[in-house]
Amino acid sequence: MSTNPDIALMAHLMRRAGFGTNREELEQLTEQGYEETVEQLVDPPSSIPGADQYELFRYMPSLETGGPNPVPGAANLLYHMVNTQRHLEEKMAFFWHHVFATGNSKVDNDQNLTIQLDMFREHGMGNYRDLLIRLSQSPAMIYWLDNNENHKRSPNENWGRELLELFSLGVGNYTETDVFECARAFTGWTINPKIPRTPYHRFAWSYSFRPEEHDYSEKTFLGHVGNFNGDDIIDIILQQPACSRFIARHLYNFFVADEAQVPAWDIEPPRDPEAIDLLAGTFVDSGYELRPVLRVLFNSDFFKEARFKKVRSPVEVVVGALRTTGDLQGPDPRLVAIAQEPSHMGQALHNPPSVEGWQTGRDWINSGSVVKRINFVADQVSNTELPGVQKLVQRVLVSSDNQIKEEDLVDRCLDLMGPLEISEETRRELIAYVEAEGPVKISPDNGHDTEQRVADMLALIAATPEYQFG
Amino acid sequence: MTAITKPPVFVVLQLTGGNDYLNSVVPYTDPYYYDNRKGTLRVEAEDVLKLDAEFGLHPCMKPLHEIYERGDMAIIHGVGYPNSPRSHFRSMDIWHTCEPDTVGTEGWAARAIRELDPEGENPVTGVNIGQALPRALVLPGVSVASVADLSSYGLLTGIEVEEKRTRLLQRFANMYGKAIGTGAVNDYLARTGLDALSGADILKRGLASYESTIEYGTDEISRAMRDIATIHTADVGTRVFYTQLIGFDTHAAQQPTFERLWTEVSRAISDFWDDLREHDADDNVVLFLFSEFGRRVRDNGSGTDHGAAGGCFVMGPSVAGGMYGTYPDRKPESLDQGDMIPNQDFRGVYSTILEDWLQLDSIPIVNGHFEKPRFIQSAPTELSSV
Repeated sequence: MSTNPDIALMAHLMRRAGFGTNREELEQLTEQGYEETVEQLVDPPSSIPGADQYELFRYMPSLETGGPNPVPGAANLLYHMVNTQRHLEEKMAFFWHHVFATGNSKVDNDQNLTIQLDMFREHGMGNYRDLLIRLSQSPAMIYWLDNNENHKRSPNENWGRELLELFSLGVGNYTETDVFECARAFTGWTINPKIPRTPYHRFAWSYSFRPEEHDYSEKTFLGHVGNFNGDDIIDIILQQPACSRFIARHLYNFFVADEAQVPAWDIEPPRDPEAIDLLAGTFVDSGYELRPVLRVLFNSDFFKEARFKKVRSPVEVVVGALRTTGDLQGPDPRLVAIAQEPSHMGQALHNPPSVEGWQTGRDWINSGSVVKRINFVADQVSNTELPGVQKLVQRVLVSSDNQIKEEDLVDRCLDLMGPLEISEETRRELIAYVEAEGPVKISPDNGHDTEQRVADMLALIAATPEYQFG
Repeated sequence: MTAITKPPVFVVLQLTGGNDYLNSVVPYTDPYYYDNRKGTLRVEAEDVLKLDAEFGLHPCMKPLHEIYERGDMAIIHGVGYPNSPRSHFRSMDIWHTCEPDTVGTEGWAARAIRELDPEGENPVTGVNIGQALPRALVLPGVSVASVADLSSYGLLTGIEVEEKRTRLLQRFANMYGKAIGTGAVNDYLARTGLDALSGADILKRGLASYESTIEYGTDEISRAMRDIATIHTADVGTRVFYTQLIGFDTHAAQQPTFERLWTEVSRAISDFWDDLREHDADDNVVLFLFSEFGRRVRDNGSGTDHGAAGGCFVMGPSVAGGMYGTYPDRKPESLDQGDMIPNQDFRGVYSTILEDWLQLDSIPIVNGHFEKPRFIQSAPTELSSV
């Protein structure tokens, strides 16, 4: 049995521009066409539903409120990732959660993180100027990077520095003076007085501009002189060639292929300079709109050729499996526990390890995380009671006679688990396993046993080295 | 040179959330302590388990007091670092990476594991008992087995038929073995996968050989300490163990929470040492307890907020028991924003363990030279020559 190349390409698109999807949707999207699907991902009509957060809150009200604990917020975010049909919108929200990494470990008021994620969901594919201004006014970000401590008479540089270093230009593209002047321009961008918290309950914060805290005097920033406010600074940042290249590299690293970690970008050249030029150029030409850049990215050859070039992140492992098996649909009490699974593999939602986000690529892999990644997916795909698994099993067990050839079983499973591209060595091992277990018979008598044979193969495929890449 | 027949083993128990050191090691003659702690958050002088004429342990720590009386416990006062950020995450990060000024990514315990097993020959040189790997154990190239629950640890544990699982794992080993040499990332992944597999096998054999008359509690920390004892007594070459207990962030309702946690911890530790003694496996083990920070001197009515200086506990037959350093002053004018000021850098405590116990050069591991409290009395070389 050969894999349909259009399905394989669509599966690649949906793994990267989303969290993967089930076979039925893959076939339907392939039927619809690749470019049309890219368009639908980049600019989804309002008729395509997101996850219904309010339904979640009706069933599980404890997930709505803020507090010191990021666990409810992580469950809410996982719910979105598993249930939305607006795939890229959610993936971009997750992208910004990684780039503008804000953690409840310090914010200590998790509802603000949920509100920040809502903002990324709504504006994450819009205009970058607009997004940066909203980010500058995000209460979670203001507190995370101490801009509430940034006063006219005693500027705090934390936000000013990270805005330049991690959110727009990258190290080497500004001076220490620019950092200080940038910080001065954002004085007075703060949060309203907080409603006093209780140890285990918090109230969401709100943004406020305080003129009396703002330094209205002249600043010199990246060669420009003026009485700049924060939005003027963002305008100057956007004009820098470094900004468009920085965004292009982030998008490439997240959607195309693993790059070096962000702090190394001023030393390590991009792995595909032409791709970066194309993305950066599109970004500038469109007036810093993100949709055109994403459209170009997903329609490019360098994207289409980058299959299985990225180590799947823990969130992609967990959500990808859940979307394949159809488990955890809608509000479900298990959301809270399962939302901690990525954390056990090294990626705690609402709690990136630092403002630099997660260390990606091969850094996802250690002997502890490998065990958890493989076991989670294997447990999911070998559970024949799950609706998605049952559908996969029935697709595999289609046969004109009462027996399935061993290699057909393997190839069909591989096709349905990706389609996954694996080495000839790995494929031989999978086939040898099936052969050693005896013929795969289809008859009413051994229905369950045969189904379990398929489920075991799906589990073994989840354990292959190749499956760790997406 | 004398052969080391029993390599030194180091166990970390991390008390996550910020343990209230003031109510752990109570300055029971200090009027400032009683000025600041009211109601359920004060330990009366007559209730403390006295260590000396000035300090005493919280009454729920009776098993630890017995270890102290035996001379097997060092208490190090005033541990921390300058400019405590009072954030759990940041503080824990600093403890884990020894980088108080920048965000570090390399774990200090992982660096020690790399020195102990430079070629990565034993996949269980470092073992974490817990769900996620703490950053202290994270370092690219260093494999650490991370075990949530020893009795169910392993790959493809959802496959219930054991023989079938064995056959699947044989294929797993073949696939990962063949992936070596097919590119840098594949290589790394393949070796990690094989390490995970062989580590699980080693630990499983350890579990099968474990027998003990000690009946541990059923709480989380008791299970973790029993898992550590199980692996240690199996003699599989583990040199660094790491585990944590979460829940010390007692802003509210501190009294019942604190007492429950410390009752569990004290019993688990006591059982652990009894277990090791029963196996004649205690004298090459040092157990180290720390928390990311201490808590505020003045209580908030039902709990305490984030503070700065805390303290560490170090236990084992090779430890020179007693109190070390100076307990930070509790006078109002001596506090920084209401918190005791640290006077012993935590990296100095690490240095003692690394140099005097594990016999490693501490400077590259903790990023510098720090004053060491001398709480190790018998170094491993002396142990083996006795």
